[in-house]
Amino acid sequence: MRFAEAWRVALDALRANRLRSMLTMLGMVIGVGAVVILVALGTGTRDAVQAQVEGLGSNLLIVVPGQVNFNAAPTVSKLDRTDLDAVVKVVGDRDRVTVSLTSGENVRAGNNAMFTSVLGVLESTPKVFLRDLRTGTYLSRTDVDTGRRVAVLGDKVARQLYGARDPVGQQLSIAGVRFRVIGVFAPLGQSLGVDRDNEVHIPLTTAQRLIGTNRIDAFAVKAPDSDGIDSLGRDIVAELHRRHPDDEFSAVTQGQILGALGEILGVLTAVLAAIAGISLLVGGVGVSNIMLVSVRERTREIGLRKAVGARPRDIGLQFLLEAVLLTSVGGILGIVIGVGVSLAVGALSPVPAVVTWWSAVLAFGVSAGVGIAFGVVPAQRAGKLDPVVALRTD
Amino acid sequence: MTGGVPAIEAVGVERTYALDGVDVPALRGVTLTIADGEYVAIVGPSGSGKSTLMHLLGGLDQPTAGTLRIGGRDVSGLDPGEMAHLRNATIGFVFQAFHLLGRTSALDNVALPLVYRGLGARQRRARAAQMLERVGLGHRMLHRPNQMSGGEQQRVAIARALVTEPVVLLADEPTGNLDSATGAAVLELLERLNTDEGVAVVLVTHDREVAARARRQIVMRDGLVLSDSAAPAGEVAP
Repeated sequence: MRFAEAWRVALDALRANRLRSMLTMLGMVIGVGAVVILVALGTGTRDAVQAQVEGLGSNLLIVVPGQVNFNAAPTVSKLDRTDLDAVVKVVGDRDRVTVSLTSGENVRAGNNAMFTSVLGVLESTPKVFLRDLRTGTYLSRTDVDTGRRVAVLGDKVARQLYGARDPVGQQLSIAGVRFRVIGVFAPLGQSLGVDRDNEVHIPLTTAQRLIGTNRIDAFAVKAPDSDGIDSLGRDIVAELHRRHPDDEFSAVTQGQILGALGEILGVLTAVLAAIAGISLLVGGVGVSNIMLVSVRERTREIGLRKAVGARPRDIGLQFLLEAVLLTSVGGILGIVIGVGVSLAVGALSPVPAVVTWWSAVLAFGVSAGVGIAFGVVPAQRAGKLDPVVALRTD
Repeated sequence: MTGGVPAIEAVGVERTYALDGVDVPALRGVTLTIADGEYVAIVGPSGSGKSTLMHLLGGLDQPTAGTLRIGGRDVSGLDPGEMAHLRNATIGFVFQAFHLLGRTSALDNVALPLVYRGLGARQRRARAAQMLERVGLGHRMLHRPNQMSGGEQQRVAIARALVTEPVVLLADEPTGNLDSATGAAVLELLERLNTDEGVAVVLVTHDREVAARARRQIVMRDGLVLSDSAAPAGEVAP
């Protein structure tokens, strides 16, 4: 009964000062809304990155010379086709292994020219990575073994060089050497900052001849399942190290890439949420301030209530509820606005935004908590008022 | 209260305020007893200590020295929560300025003390409605204070004071904010409640005419009881 009265009185007090209540809530609305929106953007970005990494294919293992470390100097690869045979032996299945030799080259078809990444690869590439063709066929084993001058184009390259025409069967010149287009990839977009539509695949052997090298830049291996992926990576690195005792090699899994990126993005999201949390704190100070004003304004009412039997904690509860009501109504409004803005951003802009239920629950909990934390002092002050003094106040 | 327990009993009660580090005595040893069903007026000029005495008798304050029993209970050592409970159980207040809640109907104003007694809403309203009928405001129950005259507001306040069925009704200048005709009506109501229902009424006033209507007068001066029409000569403070 006392609790119900405290609720009723708290609600009534907020209604009595509508504008003031709304302005005080605004601080909470902005703080909670900002937390929800920023967490949604952070989560959306992480999900998008995850989707990109997983979109490469499953159970992938990338093997490169040197260390995978931002501080390490770039390593010139000493790997060649004999190393490929050794890796295939370790993996036990040539279809699960592909390589890359990457070079930036000028490509030209008729009057159209552009600069793009040319990748020397094996015919197994579409089995290791997820790459669908829009038209034509991919490289064959014969193409690779005999070093044919055939090329498969990324979607963007095809559009830029051939426009609406079907490029399959057309001529293409790479670094002045003539190639024949045999296929075009379906559009894939970006993955990890690399535009997968802006590249040209040619047989490894052809690429080595074109650039004048025997080297291979990297291996990509598709493990049979996720369980054996780490040990497979270790085996391949050990075999390569045995063959090149002076060099280091690294095997990276998607999990490791995701782990590193996820950590960075997680920290970023947390920092953004913390900045938004500061505005919650500022909103809380506003609530505290208004509650002190409210206590002062209603000193006589407090005195009267005490005279007729309200205990200090009845009065304290009344004011604490008023503060909590202010912040939690503000919090709910903030969640509604935050979710709305996040959904709108996700739908209308390329920025990914994913609303998470826990951020809404957390934001609401924090706003109610802010109400309690910043309402306690005014509430205690009200509860401790001397009824004699309070009744005498004008 | 039943039996021989007086409604309020003060023995050698003192109250000293500390103002800027200086102790200012407001009451300097007051001994008096308010019996059940009495009608007492406390009079005296301002500064005589009558307001301080009224706050003490109403359990709003505690004495610095001496013994004060309200409804048979010694107030020394009670914490603010226990004092609140004691007031709710034994005292009804009527103030000069009415002290009604502005945004609240007469009915809910009267029901307010029952909230702190822990009664349910239905019971509260039923008893509040009964009280308003008894003070002649059965037709004004849902009006707010600003829709009522001063006399009506003071009657609402009296209903609020009586809704808890207190042992003593303490009225602090209850006619101070009213014109003489309305004031007289309010006094009549208090007298009727005293004679018909046996509620002890303690009236604090500086108005000699108002005081003269009470059966017993206590005159205060300089923090002491100057005279008490009910007390034998020896009981008046030294």
